[in-house]
Amino acid sequence: MTRQLTGSPAVTAQAVPAPRRRGRWSGRTRRDFFVFLALALPNLALIAVFTYLPLINNMYYSTLDWTLGSASATVVGFDNYIAFFTSSDAPQVLGTTAIFTVVTVGGSMALGLLVALALNAKVRGTTFARSAVFAPYVLSGVGVGLVWLFIFDPGYGVLSWLLRGIGQQSPQWINDPQLSLVMVIIVYVWKNLGYCAVVYLAGLQSLPKDVMEAASLDGANGFRRFMSISVPLLGPTTFFLLITTMISSLQAFDLIRIMTPLGNGTSTLIYEAYLQAFGAYNRAGYSASISVVLFAILLIITVLQLRFVERKVHYS
Amino acid sequence: MSTLSPVSPNSAGGVGSRNAPDAGPELPVRRERPFSRSNLVQTLAGGYIPLIVATLVVVLPLLWMLLSSFKQPGEIVTTDLKILPQGLNLENYHTAMTTVPFAGFFLNSLIVTTVGSTVKVILAILTAYALVFVRFPFKNVIFVVILVALMVPPQVSILPNYILIAGIGGKNTLWGIILPGLGTAFGTFLLRQHFKTLPGSILEAAEIDGAGHWRRLWQVVVPVSLPSIATVALVTVVSEWNDYIWPLIITDRPETMTLPVGLTLLQNSEGNGAGWGILMAGAVLVIIPILLVFAALQRYIVAGLTQGSVTG
Repeated sequence: MTRQLTGSPAVTAQAVPAPRRRGRWSGRTRRDFFVFLALALPNLALIAVFTYLPLINNMYYSTLDWTLGSASATVVGFDNYIAFFTSSDAPQVLGTTAIFTVVTVGGSMALGLLVALALNAKVRGTTFARSAVFAPYVLSGVGVGLVWLFIFDPGYGVLSWLLRGIGQQSPQWINDPQLSLVMVIIVYVWKNLGYCAVVYLAGLQSLPKDVMEAASLDGANGFRRFMSISVPLLGPTTFFLLITTMISSLQAFDLIRIMTPLGNGTSTLIYEAYLQAFGAYNRAGYSASISVVLFAILLIITVLQLRFVERKVHYS
Repeated sequence: MSTLSPVSPNSAGGVGSRNAPDAGPELPVRRERPFSRSNLVQTLAGGYIPLIVATLVVVLPLLWMLLSSFKQPGEIVTTDLKILPQGLNLENYHTAMTTVPFAGFFLNSLIVTTVGSTVKVILAILTAYALVFVRFPFKNVIFVVILVALMVPPQVSILPNYILIAGIGGKNTLWGIILPGLGTAFGTFLLRQHFKTLPGSILEAAEIDGAGHWRRLWQVVVPVSLPSIATVALVTVVSEWNDYIWPLIITDRPETMTLPVGLTLLQNSEGNGAGWGILMAGAVLVIIPILLVFAALQRYIVAGLTQGSVTG
């Protein structure tokens, strides 16, 4: 219905682009309005329905006493939150989440920096090594989890074989709750440290070479140069990695699900929310409240990031 | 954050050893001859050994997966561990295919990945073009809406999306797997950043020639943006192929399971000592396709995954 209005004025506007008419809805502006909607609306609608709407729904569900699949639910207000935080599970779930997040973030960042230093050496083969180290980051968590589950297998795993070689018994990685958390953390760090390494490598390669040379002329050795120049200058990179790895650690699911299906000792917030809704209990409302808690934590981290980053984080 | 060039691959060696001999005699720093013993030791200890260790830590578990996938149960359930399999025995692959409908899983993964990625890339191109080149009020507000969506973790949306999709009959269907992930904040963001860097002159020329938005998009913007589009496409393919939590929840019948979910099923039926070879064959089938894609096109993937993050 706009077609008649857009005919000839649009042509003149194209031929003389300089004087833009503002304020009024010219034919071309009107046409652009609908072009924009036609191009962007499908994507925006999908984002609204499957990203924003769930956030609101989650908050609503979290106020319900509701069994998944049941037709009826009762509004219980904050009871699900109270039930979660006063349950005997809460300290364990929150503690596991904290340990998993802190150790995986710290581990993959520290090892990532070390690997980045190795990749930054001026020797042949760094390109191949960089690709190899990054590869686990893009591989299926399910596949990777199975491979490592086999390696950790106390009976037939290669790790137990190596331990037997030095006269040790393999620990019960799968049955012991604490050891299974250690196991999942090790594999998670293995899978994700390549990401930290590559981001750190980009940071290292953007360090000013003249400063390094000057320090080395002044007699600073490699370690001193690293501590006094590289580490402070890598601050923005470190902060960026801290935030991004923390957000992904808090959402880690695939490895936990495949390596410890029962969440024995490895129930982080996300996994507990999954188990409560889709495990044995079908407690939809309760699960939603845990998801909201997780979302609140992620939101705080994201807001902190936005407040402190101020576009200072440049890593390439 | 404006460019999309891959993380620079220019450290590919060739610079020679750490203490290049061309430093000139006037530098007061003590230099050693290139092949002196201490220099060799230093190059090995500071250069090659950490590099080799890091590479082996990554490669060995994957190699172990591949080798074990060819091993018979008798070669796995043993205390006398042999590193190499007795031969290229494809028995495990055959068992994996017959125990669970593996070919079906593979096909489902292929369909979900292809359809999902194609639609997502097209939606990302269209939205990014609209955000950069089409006049519209509140464009900045819309961009913020997309940026925030980028930060919303998909995991917390699982339960509401399950209720929504199951409610409209999408449980155990391929469209039910694909649909909720189709909206793309990541691709839109990345492509918008790239389109912003395109020189306005090329579009003005096309505009003067009378090309409308549609032709300008497909004949000017898309052809000059292929590397960025490849980045978005590859990152999308990787994440669709590996996606686990959503297909796990929305399917419980083998006919519509994707490969990662099917592997979970296989794990339930073969999760004992003798089944490891079969599980490794399954892991190979889910890991190797992405590993090959990554090996061939890794610079796009690395660039997309390390730069497309949340810094505006």
